[in-house]
This record gives sequence, structure tokens and C-alpha cells, in this order.
Amino acid sequence: MKICVLVKEVPDAAVQKRIDPSTMRLDRSGEKNLNPFDTHALEAAMQIKEGGAIPVEEVVAVTMGPDSAVRALHKAVALGADRSVQLTDDALAGSDVCATGYSLAKVLESESPDLVLLGQQSDDGECYTIGAVVADHLQMPSLTQVIKIDVTDGKLRCERQAEYGYDTVEIELPAVISVGDAINEPRYPSLKAIMGAKKKPLDNKGAGDVGIDAGQVGEAGSKTKVLALNPPPAKEAGEIIEDEDTNETVEKIVAWLDERKLI
Amino acid sequence: MAGILVYALHDDEGNFNKNSLGAISEAAKLAGQIGGEATALVVGDVADDAAAGLGKYGAAKVYRAKNVPEGLAQPIVDAMAKVIGDNGISYALFGGGLLGFEIGAGLTARLGAGVTMEVTAVKVQDGKLVAERPILQDSEIADVGYVSEPGIIIGRLNAFDINETGGTAAVEDVEVELSPWSTKATMVQRGEQRGADVNIEDADILVGGGRGLGAAEGFKLAEELAESMGGAVAATRAVVDAGWYPYAAQIGQTGKTVAPKLYLAAGISGAIQHKVGMQNSENILAINKDPNAPIFEFSDLGVVGDLHKIVPKLTEAIKAKKGG
Ligand SMILES: Cc1cc2nc3c(=O)[nH]c(=O)nc-3n(C[C@H](O)[C@H](O)[C@H](O)COP(=O)(O)OP(=O)(O)OC[C@H]3O[C@@H](n4cnc5c(N)ncnc54)[C@H](O)[C@@H]3O)c2cc1C
Ligand SMILES: Nc1ncnc2c1ncn2[C@@H]1O[C@H](COP(=O)(O)O)[C@@H](O)[C@H]1O
Repeated sequence: MKICVLVKEVPDAAVQKRIDPSTMRLDRSGEKNLNPFDTHALEAAMQIKEGGAIPVEEVVAVTMGPDSAVRALHKAVALGADRSVQLTDDALAGSDVCATGYSLAKVLESESPDLVLLGQQSDDGECYTIGAVVADHLQMPSLTQVIKIDVTDGKLRCERQAEYGYDTVEIELPAVISVGDAINEPRYPSLKAIMGAKKKPLDNKGAGDVGIDAGQVGEAGSKTKVLALNPPPAKEAGEIIEDEDTNETVEKIVAWLDERKLI
Repeated sequence: MAGILVYALHDDEGNFNKNSLGAISEAAKLAGQIGGEATALVVGDVADDAAAGLGKYGAAKVYRAKNVPEGLAQPIVDAMAKVIGDNGISYALFGGGLLGFEIGAGLTARLGAGVTMEVTAVKVQDGKLVAERPILQDSEIADVGYVSEPGIIIGRLNAFDINETGGTAAVEDVEVELSPWSTKATMVQRGEQRGADVNIEDADILVGGGRGLGAAEGFKLAEELAESMGGAVAATRAVVDAGWYPYAAQIGQTGKTVAPKLYLAAGISGAIQHKVGMQNSENILAINKDPNAPIFEFSDLGVVGDLHKIVPKLTEAIKAKKGG
């Protein structure tokens, strides 16, 4: 079978987490990286391939993003994907979830995968939704937040935590599965794999190449519109203690608890 | 008619989800302002009076799709799409929860509709709904409007309060044709509880343990600290999924919501999905070695340091204080 893994380029976590003290906002400039949640999807693909319960001919990394996103694909290939596909088009800039999901479904359609794997969320957008959008366009069964996949009799047996506890769900292929970050510990790429990544085949596709209707994508084709950005309600900043002398720190904590009659 | 349709999730015993009930109340309030009705959809074998009972929260009508199974998203996308199409409904609203994300996303594709998720509030501007969505670790709030109808709104956990304003809803059965791909996933087991059944909801003091505890054995530190204060131990999903601690102790989006007098977070990063389950605690104390951990953004006392050094000493100090 053929597995396509959807991967995204996002601001590096170390950078993204930084709060600019002058504005109290997240600083999103600087280094970019492969979305860490997608490395779990790649690892899941590799484990299915290596597991042998079903023969896997190919693992293909697929992304939609600007030219720079090629680096995310190189990382994906270094982690084991056989080749990659990049959908880049100026017409796609500013796409919302509806438009992004549609575009990704179109590029996936051109690959006809038996299994599409995604991460649980993109580290920057945090929409948790692309998997289910793509699945409905591709008319495939799907499940998100999956933390265990077993392949038996050509079907997938998946486990995930939903509102009332753990669900076990059996899914026929072809299917779209978003994996949770507890599913595996992604491997580190070998130096050789990193060096070889640029030599693996990479297809570049524009919107027209995969039959995307330009009216349905980009900022103009999006169905939502950000009308305003506002700061959240002001909240009193908490007290911070840096632990230098632990005995002293502990004293301060106990005093704090005592003051509030918590002990 | 500018109606709002809410999906009302229920468990295998037929209890409706609190977040769904909140969403119905919210829909009723908003529908009044945009000149429409709030309606709800239930699937599966829901009894007449249970369905009609959703009227209490403000649903004018309840659509019931008996042939659609509960628990998996795609058959419910079929049902929602049909009800929205047949009745010219303008918005679909979901309470917080995992299934709402999946159904809302599926509907987005099916109807070519705009979607906004993790919504903390909804307001009316020029007769239309505008969703407030916190972004970038809650450091900004985006006001999101919809270019066309229907619009899909997926709430954040506990975003919408339950209000008992109404009476009894009319119940209308709908026959839904399932899409071929909707029947290709089947529930083998739903809602399995993993690990011991612990009670964390009644505790005044909770020590929450996260991945920073390092291993399942690390929870001993949390347990001893909790014991010294007469409290109980809670956990993040990361450690529950890893099998370090029972599911019944999990706080957050797919776990429990708590509001103790003290929530002491040890080795917890403070992801949104955890935050939504404990942010209403009276006092939040966090111990984390990463000064940039999001938890410090919403704790009253933040301690930057190694919990393995601090927690054992803190336990001793509290014991000494109580003893003396
Ligand atoms: C749809 C969905 C639903 C979810 N539902 C839930 C839910 O219900 N509940 C939930 O909790 N999560 C939920 N999550 C997961 C959530 O996004 C986070 O992944 C999870 O909360 C992280 O758990 P954590 O804080 O234990 O681990 P991490 O995020 O890995 O954080 C560990 C922290 O420990 C600190 N640390 C490490 N070592 C030490 C040390 N020695 N001393 C002090 N600090 C240390 C680190 O600095 C870090 O901040 C959900 C996610 C999704 C997408
Ligand atoms: N532009 C993109 N290109 C490829 N994959 C994406 C893109 N955006 C999102 N994804 C995939 O969808 C998952 C969930 O993203 P999101 O719904 O944005 O949180 C990610 O982990 C990726 O696997």
C-alpha cells in the first residue's frame, strides 16, 4: 500500500514559545521547523512499513506551503519518507481551514493513497481539524487523536481517548488517521539520511496541476474572515520564584500556602 | 430562518454531555438575538422524554436520527448536513469535546462552510455571529466572522454556561442516509476506563502531575505531597496515555473539569487542553523547570526549578508545619 503523510512547516518550538516581554506577545519570527506533531505521523508510517503486517510500497510526505517549506519535506524524507510532494501556489496564500483542507485533499487525490496520516495539530495554527476535513473530501473513513494502530486483515484497529474514556475503532482502508503524540517516540534521523534527503525525488505542484478551483482557495476563497485582533482580558500577573536555594524556595512556598490557609 | 443547530452528545447510559447542554443554552441566547431558533440534533436510541427534555436548555426543536450511531463523527456529519440543508439552518454550534471537532471539521468539507474552533465566546454583529477565538497560546483573541452560511462554531471546553430557561422541545425524527465512507469505521468498544477509579472532583487540594515527573514512579512524589496536604492527585493526558496514571485522574478537554482551592501543577507544561480543565481553581501553583512554560502565564505562584529537588523538601516542610 501507499501511505501519504501530511507534514507542515511551523515556527520552531523554542522560538514560538518565547514571549516578547515588551509586548507580552508570542514572538513568531526566526527559525522554522517540521511540525513536531507530524514526526509522530511519520514514525507511525515507518512502523507500519517495518511491521510487515501489510506490505507498504511507499511513504510519501506531502505539504502545502511556501518555497521554504521544502525544508520540512527534507526532514520528513530524512525520517524515512521515500519521496515528497510540495503544493505551492501564490493563489493558496491566506487559506483558512476549509480552503486548506480542500487543497490538501486535491493534492492527495493525485496520489491515490491507501492511508493518509497526519499529526494531531499544527504547532502554530492549532486547529485539530485538517484530518477530518481532508477525509470528507476524499470520502474516506477517519479518526483523530489515535494513539495505537494495529493492522489486521487489511483493516486498522485504532485506539484513542475521547470524551468518556478510550475508544477502540475498526477502520477499513483507504482511511485518514490523525495520530496523537502519545502514539510513539519518533526516531532521530541518521546523518546519512539527512545527507541523502535532498537527493530523494520531490514533486512540485501548483494549484492548477491538481485541479484546485482557484475560487475556493486563498484569502478570497476562504469562508472565514478575521475581523479584529484583541488582547485577552488583563489578568494579574502571578508571582515567580526562581529556585536558587531550594530550602529558601520551599520556605516561600509554605508561607504562600499558609497565607492562603491552604495548609 | 437564521437557526442554530447544536449537536447534543450523550454517553452509553443516555446522559447528555454538559458541554452540549451549555452549547444549547448559548445557541438559544444567540438565536434570540439574530431572529431564529435554537435546535438540537441527537443520534441513536434517545427516549422521547430525554430528547424533549433538551427544551429545558432552550432548544425549540430536537431532531432525532435513530438510525445514526453515537460515538463516531462521520455518520453524525451525514445527519447534521441533512438537517442543516433541509431546514436552511445558518450556524452549527458544538460544545467543547473531541467529537465536536471531528464533526465540525467534516461538515466544513461537506458544506464548504467556514469553521472556527476553540471558541471561548460568540457575539452578534450586524445580525450575524462572530466567534472569539484565542490564538497563540491565548495571547491574542481573534474575532472571526463568516463569509457565507452556514458557519460552524466549535466551542472550547466549558466555554458555554448551562441555562435552564425553556420548557419542552418538539421532537422530530429524521431518516438519514449514511454516506458509504461513514459506515467504514465501526466502534468496537466505547469509553473504556483505564486504570483505577479515583475521585478527584471532591478534593479541595489537587496535586497535578505531568510528564515532568519523568516516569510512572515519579507519581510517588506527587502522592506524598498530596497526602501531606490532605489532597488528591490528578494528571495530564500525556501521562495517562503513557500509562503512568489512571484515566479517572485526568484533567482537561477529554478528562475532568475541576476547581479546587489549590491546584499544584508539578511538571505540567500548561497546554490549552489541560488548562481548560483546571483554570478556575482558586489558587494555582506551578513547579516547572522551563521558565517559558505556558503554565506560568496563568499561575498565581510560579516556581522555576527542578521538581525532583523541590517536591520532596516541600512535602517534608508541610508535614513539619502541620505536626508542629
Ligand atoms: C484534542 C486534544 C485533547 C486533549 N485533551 C487533553 C486533556 O484532557 N488533558 C490534558 O492534560 N491534555 C490533553 N491534551 C494534550 C495536551 O495538548 C498536552 O499534550 C498535555 O497536556 C501535555 O502534558 P504534560 O504537561 O504532562 O507534558 P509536557 O507538555 O511534555 O510538559 C512537561 C513539562 O514538565 C516540565 N519538566 C520536565 N522535567 C521537569 C523537572 N525535573 N522539574 C520540573 N519541571 C519539569 C517541562 O519543562 C514541561 O513543561 C489534548 C490534546 C488534544 C490535541
Ligand atoms: N499546510 C499543510 N500542509 C500539510 N499538512 C498540513 C498542513 N496544515 C496542516 N497539516 C496537517 O494537519 C495536521 C493538523 O493540523 P491543524 O488542523 O492545522 O492543527 C498537522 O499535524 C499536519 O499533519
